Amino acid sequence: MSELWWAIGALAIGGYALKASGYFVPEWVLERPRVTRVALLTPVALLAALTAVQVFGQGQGLAVDARVAGLAFAVGALLLRAPFLVVVVGAAVVAALVRLIAG
Amino acid sequence: MTPPDDHQQLSARVRRQAWGVGVAVGAYGLGFGALAVANGFTVLQAVALSSLVFTGASQFALIGVVGAGGAAASGVVAALVVGARNAFYGLRLAPFLEVRGGRRLIAAQLTIDESTAVAIGQRSTPLARTGFWTTGIAVFVCWNIATVVGAIAVDQVSDPQVIGLDAAVGAAFLALLWPQLTTKTARSVAGGSAVLALVLTPLIPPGLPVIAAAAVGLAFAWPEPRPASTEPHQPEVGDE
Repeated sequence: MSELWWAIGALAIGGYALKASGYFVPEWVLERPRVTRVALLTPVALLAALTAVQVFGQGQGLAVDARVAGLAFAVGALLLRAPFLVVVVGAAVVAALVRLIAG
Repeated sequence: MTPPDDHQQLSARVRRQAWGVGVAVGAYGLGFGALAVANGFTVLQAVALSSLVFTGASQFALIGVVGAGGAAASGVVAALVVGARNAFYGLRLAPFLEVRGGRRLIAAQLTIDESTAVAIGQRSTPLARTGFWTTGIAVFVCWNIATVVGAIAVDQVSDPQVIGLDAAVGAAFLALLWPQLTTKTARSVAGGSAVLALVLTPLIPPGLPVIAAAAVGLAFAWPEPRPASTEPHQPEVGDE
């Protein structure tokens, strides 16, 4: 079995355990302010890091290419409260156009 | 007291709202299926993620890390950190869902952003239960159908870079992050971790910079907030 299938299995089990813990774990364990703050802020840090690496990362290096134009479009679309698909498809189209023109 | 007719009308409205949310979330599902395949997952793997894992941001985290060349294990860790919030949803829902046995196990799998939001927004316990179950099922159905469609569509494309799909992944993460940037702390954390991840990218193996960036979130979240902060201070009441 491939590595990806193992990852999917592990995430399915771990993710389900997290969802179920809210129903089975005593309230006082999760209701502490520190636990709540950590749970709120770590995803923010992760998603921001994932965005940065997706746009500027290239293997073990960094690169500025058409993806930056896609990100710029996404920022503008989000400021205008565009729906998710417009943000994502628009970013792809802008990046593809930049490549077409530049390349 | 709410007359029965009134309750039926209200619960029909909740069901319509739930399916509306389901269809809207389907759009994310299209994006997920497409980007999963663009990042090297098979159509079957994309669908397995949507049905078994069934929590969007975590699924995006896994395909993002793996797509960027990171180890699958790093992707799993990142995805679990993103999915930790579901534990708090269950905590919020458990008192009024009052589920036992097998129904509790199903309720857990349907415990996601959308089902929690619709359930908590209702004004009575029966409506909240209707909201939770209908939204959970509607999102599950739409999310999985959309994943299949998106995955198969991109499976036909030979080079995802030509149609800019690599740029779409970053846009998807930003769109997931955007609604959470409401406080100054959240914005500082986001900026700090983005910079840290980029600084670390040339230095450590792919996937790990993203996990190291989670440390920024922890560093901000760990200390007790100062009383002088702008957030409203809850007085301690000793009546428990």
